[in-house]
Amino acid sequence: MANIIDDATIEYVGILAKLELTDEEKEQAKKDMGSMLDYIDKLGELDTTGVEPMSHVFPVQNVFREDVVTNGDAREQILANAPEEKDGMFVVPQTFPG
Amino acid sequence: MAKEYETVIGLEVHVELATKTKIFCGCSTQFGGAPNSHTCPVCTGMPGSLPVLNKQVVEYAVAVGLAANCKITQYCKFDRKNYFYPDNPQNYQISQLYLPICRDGYVEIETTDESGEACSKKIGIHEIHMEEDAGKLIHDDWEGCALVDYNRSGVPLIEIVSEPDMRSADEVIAYLEKLRLLIQYLGASDCKLQEGSMRADVNLSVRERGAREFGTRTEMKNLNSFRSIARAIEGERQRQIDLLESGEAVIQETRRWDDARETSYAMRSKEDAQDYRYFPDPDLVPVYIDDAWIERIRNSQPEFREAKRKRYREEYDIPDYDIEIITGSKHMADIFEATIACGAAPKKVSNWLMVETLRLLKEREEDPEDIAFSPEHLAKLIRLTEEKVINSTVAKEVFEEMFRADIDPEEYVTEKGLKMVSDDGALRSVVEEVIAANPQSVEDYRNGKEKAIGFLVGQTMKAMKGKADPGTVNALLKELL
Ligand SMILES: [Zn+2]
Repeated sequence: MANIIDDATIEYVGILAKLELTDEEKEQAKKDMGSMLDYIDKLGELDTTGVEPMSHVFPVQNVFREDVVTNGDAREQILANAPEEKDGMFVVPQTFPG
Repeated sequence: MAKEYETVIGLEVHVELATKTKIFCGCSTQFGGAPNSHTCPVCTGMPGSLPVLNKQVVEYAVAVGLAANCKITQYCKFDRKNYFYPDNPQNYQISQLYLPICRDGYVEIETTDESGEACSKKIGIHEIHMEEDAGKLIHDDWEGCALVDYNRSGVPLIEIVSEPDMRSADEVIAYLEKLRLLIQYLGASDCKLQEGSMRADVNLSVRERGAREFGTRTEMKNLNSFRSIARAIEGERQRQIDLLESGEAVIQETRRWDDARETSYAMRSKEDAQDYRYFPDPDLVPVYIDDAWIERIRNSQPEFREAKRKRYREEYDIPDYDIEIITGSKHMADIFEATIACGAAPKKVSNWLMVETLRLLKEREEDPEDIAFSPEHLAKLIRLTEEKVINSTVAKEVFEEMFRADIDPEEYVTEKGLKMVSDDGALRSVVEEVIAANPQSVEDYRNGKEKAIGFLVGQTMKAMKGKADPGTVNALLKELL
């Protein structure tokens, strides 16, 4: 494997992704990420001169909605997704004081 | 000798667009609904839901871009900005990083040069991009938790990023005023800082005058009035200068302005790594804005303030000061023109706007944007005074009602019996009564005390409950005396 992911990187990626990994999981993740980067490097070997960067897999553009209200009040169904509810709102842990 | 410092300011301005629905779903954007009553799987980030772009958002963004002399990115797309915060249910915000819809523009502001002379200055617009707003967090200190209302989640925003071209709080305010007017004229947003439909983050650094490199900048958030923006700029400028003077370094950080305490503090947390890992959003297809579409938007741009100002000067005989105030609000300018279109004289309309309207707005701490009476009613009121159906005192009273509840002045005057008594006979008999009841004043007048007639006019007006034309009363008194 050409790309070696060090401990600091896996820690950092863990923080960004809000993942708590065990030591074994970290080792596995390091291996997986390394091989993904190897694959990207492989793709990088291709000569892409003159090829337009692709921004979407389908050759489709301009899919729009008209500015018309189509949704009604679905509070009950939406709030049914909340782990906890209070006063019609989603309850979440306290963030740092706003 | 003390060093001289220069302040370098760039702005990130978020503007909530005036669409009826959210940017990626058919939920209403209306303000003030019960918490979470304007939500659906898309704007609450439910797995498997698919965003579809609101076409009107593109139209507004292009319109603002053209008004700010930008190049339109004809092939543009959306990216995901990844971060975790409970107001952002998807754990990413759909925004535009790589191909923002508008780039390389400018607006012109009026400012003063170093010698204090008035001059105009171009403030560069780096880019404008489309994105979605987040939900609203309500902190419940009692329970030690936070509550989330996603009604604002997915409301369309444009973020206008300026170049670091401003050098003072005055220039910042002038720039914001300019943007606000352009956008209000376009009808793309009401741009109310207090209500959050326009928000400004201030990027500020200081450097020694003449230096070529920029200093380290900080970003200031939570500025919700022109006043707090001005104070925050002054405070931050001083804080940075103090740091540099004492040999310390300015740290690049985000700071939050506390308006009540007039100070700012750093918003930092270990977990708050500023690494957004942007990548193209695979759920949304690219937007291609062809030349015809751009031309169509360009051709439907409204008459902006400068053009309106010029036209008013040519067409209407009203003072420049009035023109400044009226064109300073698109809504007021619309009312002005619509009232004239109903047949009222421009000077009269301008008068009602400049005196009574401004007085009542000030009294109620409202903006010209809040004016709710209809031009037809103002035109009617002006006609009623011109035809001497009501006098000016009564007109003011009627206007207040119109301002408050947009009543029809004609109906109101009839209902309340406020019409002036035009029947000469009825007025004449009241005047006769007043003369009979006030022999002393009559005596004084006859002895050459001209002023005594004023008292008699007043007594007559009082007896008529204000429903008489003071001029007519005066003439009648003179005749009978
Ligand atoms: Zn929705």
